[in-house]
Amino acid sequence: MPLSAEERREIEAEFPRYPTRRAVCIDAMKIVQRHRGWISDESLEDIAQLLEMSLDELDGVATFYNLLFRKPVGRHVVLLCDSVSCWIMGYDRLRERLCSKLGARLGETTADGRFTLLPIVCLGACDHAPAMMVDEDLHRDLDPEKAEQALENYK
Amino acid sequence: MPDVNITVDGKKLAVPAGTLLIEACKSVGIEVPSFCYYPGLSLQGACRMCLVKIEKMPKLQTACTTVVTEGMVVSTEIDEVRQARKAMLELLLANHPLDCPVCDAGGECELQDMTFSYGAAESKLIDIKNHKDEQQWSPVVYFDRPRCIMCYRCVRICGEGMDVWALGTANRGSAQLIMPNHSDYLECEECGMCIDICPVGALTSGAYRYKTRPWEMKHVGTVCTHCADGCKTTLGVRRSPTGMQIVRGDNRDKSGINGDFLCIKGRYAFDFASHDHRIQQPLIRREGRHVPASYDQAYEHIALRLKEIREQHGGHAIGVIGSTRTSNEESYLLQKFARLLLGTNNIDHHRTADFPSFAGALARKKDATASMRDVFNAPAILLIGNDPTEQHPLLAWQIRNNVRLHRARLYVVNSSPIKLRRQAASFTQIPAGSEPQLAAFLAGDDSAANALASGEITREALAALRDKLRGEPNLIIIFGSELRGSSIDSLVRFGAAISGAKFVCLGDYANSRGAADMGLYPDLLPGYVPVGSGARFHEEWGAPVPTEPGMNLLQMVDAAKAGRLKALYIVGANPVARYNLDPFALSKTFIVAHDMFLTETALLAEVILPAANAYEKSGTFTNTCGDLQLLKKAGDITTVKSDFEMLLRVADRLGFDLRQLVPFRQAERADLGQSRGAQSGEADRHAIWLEAHGLEPKLSPFDPIAMLDEIQRLVPGYDVSRVELLAGNDQHTSIEAGVASSIASQPELILPANDTLFTSGTLGRYSRTLNSVIENPRRAPADKADREVVV
Ligand code: SF4
Ligand code: SF4
Ligand code: SF4
Ligand code: FES
Ligand code: FES
Repeated sequence: MPLSAEERREIEAEFPRYPTRRAVCIDAMKIVQRHRGWISDESLEDIAQLLEMSLDELDGVATFYNLLFRKPVGRHVVLLCDSVSCWIMGYDRLRERLCSKLGARLGETTADGRFTLLPIVCLGACDHAPAMMVDEDLHRDLDPEKAEQALENYK
Repeated sequence: MPDVNITVDGKKLAVPAGTLLIEACKSVGIEVPSFCYYPGLSLQGACRMCLVKIEKMPKLQTACTTVVTEGMVVSTEIDEVRQARKAMLELLLANHPLDCPVCDAGGECELQDMTFSYGAAESKLIDIKNHKDEQQWSPVVYFDRPRCIMCYRCVRICGEGMDVWALGTANRGSAQLIMPNHSDYLECEECGMCIDICPVGALTSGAYRYKTRPWEMKHVGTVCTHCADGCKTTLGVRRSPTGMQIVRGDNRDKSGINGDFLCIKGRYAFDFASHDHRIQQPLIRREGRHVPASYDQAYEHIALRLKEIREQHGGHAIGVIGSTRTSNEESYLLQKFARLLLGTNNIDHHRTADFPSFAGALARKKDATASMRDVFNAPAILLIGNDPTEQHPLLAWQIRNNVRLHRARLYVVNSSPIKLRRQAASFTQIPAGSEPQLAAFLAGDDSAANALASGEITREALAALRDKLRGEPNLIIIFGSELRGSSIDSLVRFGAAISGAKFVCLGDYANSRGAADMGLYPDLLPGYVPVGSGARFHEEWGAPVPTEPGMNLLQMVDAAKAGRLKALYIVGANPVARYNLDPFALSKTFIVAHDMFLTETALLAEVILPAANAYEKSGTFTNTCGDLQLLKKAGDITTVKSDFEMLLRVADRLGFDLRQLVPFRQAERADLGQSRGAQSGEADRHAIWLEAHGLEPKLSPFDPIAMLDEIQRLVPGYDVSRVELLAGNDQHTSIEAGVASSIASQPELILPANDTLFTSGTLGRYSRTLNSVIENPRRAPADKADREVVV
């Protein structure tokens, strides 16, 4: 599916803010991801063409950033922090609970397409570890029950 | 720019403002270790190997990205820096296998050198190293992921240098890796630049991998024998049962006109030299079959028949066809052999550009031709016709990188949207075949615009282009074989009005310019001197030579068909295939061929002499710009001989005094071995000095340097510095000097080679590497190939 008129317009609106088109690449991918949930090879090609970049270079950026998804994800993305502070404060118990509750391992999407569960490095919320993010929201001071409950709000 | 004063390790120095700290250090002999930094590529700052201490800065800084500022005080050898280097190495080695004993780069590896210098081979890490199996990305490029240190040099050289953008990166941290443009294979120009620039053995070449170790080879710097651009290439040779085999080509020696560059042909297509089909002994046709013969028998046979034909029918019944890949000395000798000894002006070669018209148009203009180095430095370039990316890869590199690094303004006029338009300040697409009208228009003929203007290209746009070009001092004007005859005159007239304008006329094949300069023409002596006014040559040669123009190549074929041409002597050429000749037209003619392979032409010969190629002999080549360079003998097949030697042996059998052909033995000195090439050592270097000072021994008639003496004396424009030439430096010749302005060329005989990046005339057919790329099933077929990156 080629870039929609809306996606294109949003991307082009970023152009005047930068000296070159390539500089827009992260924003462009975020825009497409907002519309489609993830960035397919085809979308990547379309963006590369629009930004006058080589496909390889753009993919280098896409795969560098772990919040740009190059594979389909569920409606909501759960990012579970697995760095030092959270690990000490009980990350593994959270992981076990969420995995068994969702029936998906890290890196997988639930059968109903509702959640994708991903590990992530430090969220910068060490003082409230363990922490996780669901979509754009940060959840802190978690324990397995709180974590399970938090997911209820995402349909 | 004013200089900036800095102090490095207690040394005070002044360097131009804007200099990078790493370069400033280098300028006073302080080496700051680096991996990702590479002069001429964008800055990366990826490897952190170049960390140094700068006073007043809290942390160590990367010298490769820091620009010097006034009063900067830098330390590169303190403990803190040493410790940092060691730590960086330890990180780089975290997943590196250290399999140096089997790695191609072992012995030439920057990581190996650094590990030895800074000692970090023992790791504190106990984790298992990431492993990934070696991958073949193309017939040429292999990737061994664990060895990669993520310096991005390959990515940058491919993108910035080559404008191919075939390599990229994926992921980050320890999972990061280099990726080819199609998830598991490459489709690219196969230049091998990425392999050569890789500081470690992560990228290796299909041609060389696991064949030998660097210290087991001898390295000989010579000139590429494929296209007409004249890249300097360093050939690695190794003993083989039949002599010396070439196993590697690269450009270790960055002193050449090509700097860092080589295309696939210069780097990998040396393999034709060890092709199974090489003719390794003379062949004589007896009862319809070619049977092996001794050299003596072959020379005798040739001499007998030639003598007979000359006595019965005269010299005009003999024709000679020369080569675009033999050395200048050989071409010069060949025309002398034809004119002086056979008594004929029937001599020609496969013409790929109108050099005679070019020389004529430039007659008596000084400094009117540009060298290959000039193309990299000129402020502005006009390119008319040709597709340098395919046909002149080095020229394309020079243009591209001049635009990138020096902001040169490039004006492209072409009938197709060639790849170089991407670097162009202006691209003008004109109808195919209208290049001559363009030349006329530039020269001031406004009516010629009718044939050019169409669509977006209006008459006004054309006039604006012309005005713009007129305001570009020191413009270099480069044109392909689309322009011939009077069109070249027009173009030169246009250029004459621009101060400092210089020209490049593009021919194909390694020494086609040399063939033209050396007079492989029925009507022109060396240096484009008409046969009728060659007093200087006649005097030197001490014998009368025919002064009537002879027959050109096609006329010779017609005469052969009609039974008037009785003998044809062909040296390193395949006119039957190139000009698509009817083989039967030549069935009544006695043909001698010097060749490496049984080509369509050689098959028709009665006697075939097994020839050495340009990698197996010494001599000189002139590239299409007119840069003269030294060939050095690298490979060797003991049973084949150079065309130079074989011609002289035939002349000897014909009872000719060889001293008349080659001015040797004019001084009595010991042979110091200068003709032995790769196999000679110390004595060779000594000989360079002797030769340079005119003291060369020249005891042997087979010494091409003796012929070069005569060339330098008699061919206008070739009186360049012998010291520089013999030291391996390019010397720009100037054909314009002393040439008569009225040269009647025969533009209709010009047949461009139309080679692509992966073909190289008849020679290319015998290169396994080129064939493997052409036949690679994962590459789009040539006619559909769009090697350009998707942008
Ligand atoms: S074009 Fe050259 S530098 Fe780029 S990937 Fe191919 S071989 Fe390597
Ligand atoms: S493959 Fe070689 S040149 Fe490319 S990033 Fe790795 S080490 Fe550097
Ligand atoms: S550009 Fe021409 S001279 Fe240079 S390596 Fe390629 S074929 Fe040889
Ligand atoms: S370690 Fe989890 S938020 Fe920092
Ligand atoms: S050389 Fe400076 S960071 Fe790599």
